[in-house]
Amino acid sequence: MSQPKTKKDTQDLFELYRQMLLIRRFEEGAAKSYSTGKIGGFCHLYIGQEAVGVGSIAALKEQDYIVSTYRDHGHALARGLDPNALMAELFGKKTGISQGYGGSMHFFDKEKHFMGGHGIVGGHISLAAGIAYASKFKETDAVTICFFGEGAANIGSFHEGMNLAAIWKLPLVMICENNHYAMGTPEYRALSVKDVSVRAGAYDIARDHIEGDEVRKVRDHVNVAVERARRGEGPTLMEISTYRFRGHSMSDPAKYRTKEELDRYKQSDPLLKAKDDLLRSEWKEEELEKLDIDLQTKVEEAIQFADKSEEPPLGWLYKHVYAEDV
Amino acid sequence: MAVLTYREALNRAMCEEMDKDPNIFLMGEEVGHYDGAYKVSQGMLAKYGEKRVIDTPISENGFAGVGIGAAMVGLRPIIEFMTWNFSLVAIDQIINSAAKMNYMSAGQFPIPIVFRGAGGAGGRLAAQHSQSFESWYAHIPGLKVIAPYSPADACGLLKTAIRDNNPTIFIESEVLYGSRGEVPDQEYSIPFGKADIKREGSHITIISWSRALLYVLPAAERLAKEGISVEVLDLRSIRPLDEETIYTSIRKTNRALIVEEGWEVAGFGSQIAYLIQKNSFDYLDAPVERITQEDVPMPYAANLEKASLPSEEKIISKVREMLE
Repeated sequence: MSQPKTKKDTQDLFELYRQMLLIRRFEEGAAKSYSTGKIGGFCHLYIGQEAVGVGSIAALKEQDYIVSTYRDHGHALARGLDPNALMAELFGKKTGISQGYGGSMHFFDKEKHFMGGHGIVGGHISLAAGIAYASKFKETDAVTICFFGEGAANIGSFHEGMNLAAIWKLPLVMICENNHYAMGTPEYRALSVKDVSVRAGAYDIARDHIEGDEVRKVRDHVNVAVERARRGEGPTLMEISTYRFRGHSMSDPAKYRTKEELDRYKQSDPLLKAKDDLLRSEWKEEELEKLDIDLQTKVEEAIQFADKSEEPPLGWLYKHVYAEDV
Repeated sequence: MAVLTYREALNRAMCEEMDKDPNIFLMGEEVGHYDGAYKVSQGMLAKYGEKRVIDTPISENGFAGVGIGAAMVGLRPIIEFMTWNFSLVAIDQIINSAAKMNYMSAGQFPIPIVFRGAGGAGGRLAAQHSQSFESWYAHIPGLKVIAPYSPADACGLLKTAIRDNNPTIFIESEVLYGSRGEVPDQEYSIPFGKADIKREGSHITIISWSRALLYVLPAAERLAKEGISVEVLDLRSIRPLDEETIYTSIRKTNRALIVEEGWEVAGFGSQIAYLIQKNSFDYLDAPVERITQEDVPMPYAANLEKASLPSEEKIISKVREMLE
């Protein structure tokens, strides 16, 4: 039997666990606020998929870019965007990360190189290629990560973006978060392949495929792709298999799948796995409990902050339709 | 003043701006090694190299998106659509990404991009290659829409488009590429939202833009011989729209006819007609009228194509009718 791991050995896992738990608690807070009518519109929760966003983004440096989908809360929190500003955005307040113009699907933070949540499935893939293109044009070593679901892997923008990234060897890591359902359509009814990453072969680029329930494994695999991109060796297409524990959005009761299936996936909840690993090292249950309480408090504070913030003034209606003239 | 073709004027605008700003690049199908499908980018690859004059595969949606992404991080792309007919596969990117990015990010991500290329009808190119899309793009807040008629305007307006921090739809007229005109020798630009009074008149105002002026201006000449004095406005800029010049003219002539190459239903002319009746109602001596392309896809047969488009004859008879 090997020696129990020290805290030092697992400090990285603790930090990743902290981020995942923040996302979990934030999303639970968002769900609650949605059900009380404080949040409107579409609200796509990330519960169950935390290890993918947290692990992937842990492989990035400050100069790197992230392009996200309509399911962007988890990616934003993993990138370190302010939970208060994110919750306020969900509430449609002027203190929101997009000042109430964007909502759940359109988080943006220029300073943190968080290049948006985008609401058209797969439409953002060529934008990500463009951001990567600019890094190459400007001769920086920034890498762009683009998240998308398996449903987006069938849209033209995916194929065009892949081809352009491949012919121009762009520093782009394409991460398919395959949660097995495009809204209510299971992958086997929509995808010609069982593993989206095999489509990399059609574009002669690197590929990888992993299960997305172990956060450090995700980080280490994404890191390989990120470093490949940084060296100028071009894009990678990854599939990271995962599962969402909630419906597609808050309005989806997810009747297209069985309770047995959901329970099976909950056995490999990435938070439970990380927690078990931490407890097998020198972390104590009480310490993790305290972390949880701290994060719940933080989320509660974010909700209070959002609730108390002002709505954007009506005078802002026409602001930002056009950028300032030169 | 030098006499340049419309395509040379566009080329000059791009080169002058690219000389000044290394963040500008041109991207599209056949813009580089082929020297431009319509030769608008002739010589630019040799001058600026493959880094700034970039040939793309046929994938409008993809390279429009690439341009928008590049604009998000500070580059200033000029995206050429070989023709605007092919822009339709990129329209999701233009509308859902370019036009809205600044708004939905609360001003964090302006998109300084120009989408340009050949538009308009004619040349017996039939239904899929012969149509005008000014109205489609003018419908969208966040876009600016420009459609020049003269070579001097083509140069001056394209320079403004390249310098603008917003996505600009710059619709050139395929039929006008070879037309010639005087272009000022010194460096200049033309602001958006300023119509050009092509001809002064007192009996009726004809409002038009781009290639439709090829019918309007000779029709006005012929009407002048009958003693009918036509004022001709070239809008140049569809959005923003120079409403003031339109109303000033109508206060003088009391009649308005809009001539456009696009279709009638929900066309941009209907917006102009609405604005005129709303803001100049008391000055009107006749209902606002329109001449548009007929409400059909473009036919191939020469006689049908001609019949479907605005013409000098249609304009002359409509003006006579309005002055009766």
